[in-house]
Amino acid sequence: MTAVPEVLAPPREHRADLLRRPRKSSGFWSWFTTVDHKKIGILYGGTAIIFLLIAGIEALLIRLQLAGPNGTVLTASQYNTLFTMHGTTMIFLVGMPLPVAFGNYFIPLMIGARDVAFPRLNMFGYWVFLFGGLFLYSGFVLGGAPNGGWFGYTPLTSTPMSQGFLPGNGPNFWTVSLVMLGIGSVTSAINFIVTILNMRAPGMTLMRMPVFVWMMLITAFLTAFAMPCVTAALIMVFFDRNFGTNFFQAAMGGDPLLYQHLFWLFGHPEVYILILPGMGMVSEILPTFSRKPLFGYAVIVFSGIAIGFLGWGVWAHHMFATGLGPVAVSAFSLATMLIAVPTGVKIFNWLGTVWGGSVRLQTPMLFALGFIAMFTIGGLSGVTHSIVPADTQQTDTYYVVAHFHYVLFGGLIFAIFGGFYYWWPKVFGRMLNDKLGKLNFWLMLIGFNLTFFPMHILGLEGQPRRTYTYASGMGWDNLNQVISIGSFIIALGVLVFLVNIFYSSRRGEIAGADPWDARTLEWSLPTPVPEYNFLEIPQVVARDDFWHRKYTEDAEGRLVRLPAGGSDSGTTGAVATLEPDEGSGGHGDGPGDASGDGHGDGHGIHLPSPSYYPFVMTLALPILGYAAVFKSPWLAIPGVVILLFGMYAWAIEPGTAED
Amino acid sequence: MRDRKIGRRLRRAGLLVGLLTVLAACSTNKNGQNSLDPKGPYAQKIDDLFIPILILAIVIGIAVITATVVFALKFRYREGKPDNPKQIHGSTPLEIGWTLVPLVILAVVAVPTIATIFDLAQKPIGPKVLNVTVSGKQWWWQFELPKQAMVDKKVVTSTELHIPVGTKVYLSEVSDNVIHSFWVPELNGKMDVMPGRINHNTIEASAPGTFLGACAEYCGLAHANMRFRVIAEPMDKWKAWLAGQQEGPAQPWSGDIKDLTATKYQCTNCHVFDDSTKATYGPNLTHLASRSTFAGGTEELNSKDLTHWIMDAPSVVPMQSKDCRLPPPATCVGMPSFTKNTPKGQHVMSQADADKIVTYLLGEK
Repeated sequence: MTAVPEVLAPPREHRADLLRRPRKSSGFWSWFTTVDHKKIGILYGGTAIIFLLIAGIEALLIRLQLAGPNGTVLTASQYNTLFTMHGTTMIFLVGMPLPVAFGNYFIPLMIGARDVAFPRLNMFGYWVFLFGGLFLYSGFVLGGAPNGGWFGYTPLTSTPMSQGFLPGNGPNFWTVSLVMLGIGSVTSAINFIVTILNMRAPGMTLMRMPVFVWMMLITAFLTAFAMPCVTAALIMVFFDRNFGTNFFQAAMGGDPLLYQHLFWLFGHPEVYILILPGMGMVSEILPTFSRKPLFGYAVIVFSGIAIGFLGWGVWAHHMFATGLGPVAVSAFSLATMLIAVPTGVKIFNWLGTVWGGSVRLQTPMLFALGFIAMFTIGGLSGVTHSIVPADTQQTDTYYVVAHFHYVLFGGLIFAIFGGFYYWWPKVFGRMLNDKLGKLNFWLMLIGFNLTFFPMHILGLEGQPRRTYTYASGMGWDNLNQVISIGSFIIALGVLVFLVNIFYSSRRGEIAGADPWDARTLEWSLPTPVPEYNFLEIPQVVARDDFWHRKYTEDAEGRLVRLPAGGSDSGTTGAVATLEPDEGSGGHGDGPGDASGDGHGDGHGIHLPSPSYYPFVMTLALPILGYAAVFKSPWLAIPGVVILLFGMYAWAIEPGTAED
Repeated sequence: MRDRKIGRRLRRAGLLVGLLTVLAACSTNKNGQNSLDPKGPYAQKIDDLFIPILILAIVIGIAVITATVVFALKFRYREGKPDNPKQIHGSTPLEIGWTLVPLVILAVVAVPTIATIFDLAQKPIGPKVLNVTVSGKQWWWQFELPKQAMVDKKVVTSTELHIPVGTKVYLSEVSDNVIHSFWVPELNGKMDVMPGRINHNTIEASAPGTFLGACAEYCGLAHANMRFRVIAEPMDKWKAWLAGQQEGPAQPWSGDIKDLTATKYQCTNCHVFDDSTKATYGPNLTHLASRSTFAGGTEELNSKDLTHWIMDAPSVVPMQSKDCRLPPPATCVGMPSFTKNTPKGQHVMSQADADKIVTYLLGEK
């Protein structure tokens, strides 16, 4: 009999809370106070999808402007704002939070935990993300949205406002909101690190963890160490611009290049923060749909770690044209080539996973295969950037735009869409429609390649990026037209996805606990997953533990279904290591009637209680942010008061309310 | 089954042919700004390094994508097929193999790369090198040819840089505002123009021609309009151009025209009309009519467009000039409009005045 660790509230004297403790775990208002990692995951995902749609609309406007030479859809100033906001949104409000959404929901389920390590901090991270994003966008109505590029190079952004090269409040909103978003990502990263290292179920050794969890762990470390670099840089920009410091003002002895070092010391690990979770998702999808274990698990894990380390040594390849000198440039060129090796190794292992499998070409698998193909193109064009002399031709042209969209769209976004189709039934109980899913995939794949492949050619033919217009007669007109058409095909693909969500929410097939006959622990749970996740904390005996409860191998190494346990219901049946009658039942109807241990229906499992304070504390941040942007000490006072109140009340509030 | 295989092969061959056609097509685009159409030894060296690696990358890319598609189809589960794949967990020899092979390929690629980096970074020396100081402005380029072996009297010009064919032109790049990037794709790769630093790059044209350039680092509102051209000429033609630039103004800058430009509209806060050795905040106009373009190289020089520009420049190129009365920098980024929303204290320009100024400028050969 395995130990059943209970989260017990330590006995303590009754204490009056500052606000009456919220109790409800369902209904509209519960979403403001919940500390349930699954609900927070859904909030992250929903919010990030809305930002994805906004960033997509920004991209479509950009493509309308560039559909022909001398476009007149947008003014230069609008265009500059849109490309800044598209980049900033996709990186900070889509690319980072979407993996966090999956991580929030599934890391505890995959490692056999009932919640994350810091449930209230988790909620705080979400609110900071939401408010940070709204704060960034409020610039549109409050005196200037950001217009200095997502990279915000100095001295363009940092020159004092009085003689600003960028008029308006744009750079102020940009720096302050990114500092806020940084707070959110670092807290969520710390939460993930502690959760993964400390809260794994018995037997879930590090080398038995699902690869997605591994990649999220590496991502969390990268986030925790990278965000401080950019935060420091952003604060310096803010001080230069508003308080007359001279970090980046060359005329006063500052150095604009310093900013680029700080920014890319964050910015390159950031690339891996964005792509590693995608690699993790693909590493879950490929084995499930090939009905084979991941080829070279250890190699995939260690190459992920290698990428995590090497990612810190390549930042200056974003600066090959800044005049660093041949010695520095050569060193970063070699480091950049080197990082291609662990990346390539991953691709070969994924192909090895598909080889010899029994491949189901359902929607998640299509996206995972699309990921491999598209990411390969992005990786190869990345290698051509390490050829420094060639990079001096390519950098800041559409060739680079093509490259990183193959990595981040063809890579991350394809993986995320695969993840949507794969995990949707576990979260919402219904399958997304496979036919619509395939339509979604093909529209996106075709649209994506029509949009981004021609950009390689345009870049080599000399079209610089971040330009709101181009002259006719440069031979760029046709390709730009193709690109703009392609971008609307992508939009159509996303539209099909939205239709699929609405269609499936009513008509979708009921999923059950394990619709894909999958491998990892989250599929051993009933759908919908009960609030406490695991009735019994599982005893893990193998990598892909759930799979090994259902299948074994014969003498030739071929797949054989176990007669007992992995019954036709395909749900959490009895497990060799648990007593047969302790399964939680199945078929998505909540916990079953486990016998005799006193909490078969989940009563008696102490979970962290909902709390107002993460929300209250986060309310202070945009107020303080506006105080900074408008340099208003009066606004800072309520901000500080709310912040201190939230902090204090949170600190004295027990994690779990007494019953 | 066999038909399908043939079809697949045909499609693959078609893909390859398509890719090569695309590559060939983009290398023959004669737009004057094509990095695949090098017109000098520096750009040629880059191309010679890049093209073989690009082809290698394309081959590897096609191989991996083909493998992805073929594996997925070959091992696709179909009704009636046995559904018990062999559970392969990995293979150490394969892992070692596909770690070492890319390492070796990259090592082979690294050698010429590093060699070319150092080769291109070499400073050209000797009396046959033309030194040019390039200044990135918002949003135009200033070219200064200081006194040196090849230039007996300093010349300041903008937007169009004339160079002699077959001569190494050593650029010293500076900026007193934001970061720009000097880029003439057919002559060499880019080099950023950083405030507080002097960056260097060398260009050389093998044959006469006009090569288009553009600012390649986002530098604010009108970044897209910050273009320029390099005009390579045979040595004697270049010397004639230089001599012309070194002369004084073609017409006297005095009387009516001086009143208009210096006093009434205060053009001289930013521009100079009668001295081609002077670098000023705005482009030096002493020999404006010797150029074929203006407004950051975005407009052909003719009377109609120049008149429009002088009266209302921000409607041609977006600019953010708030007040140009004070000696810049600071409040004036770009040309103000003299007809719409004129800055405080500035005269609204009449058509007659504009015509006078344009007539004078077009005579400034």
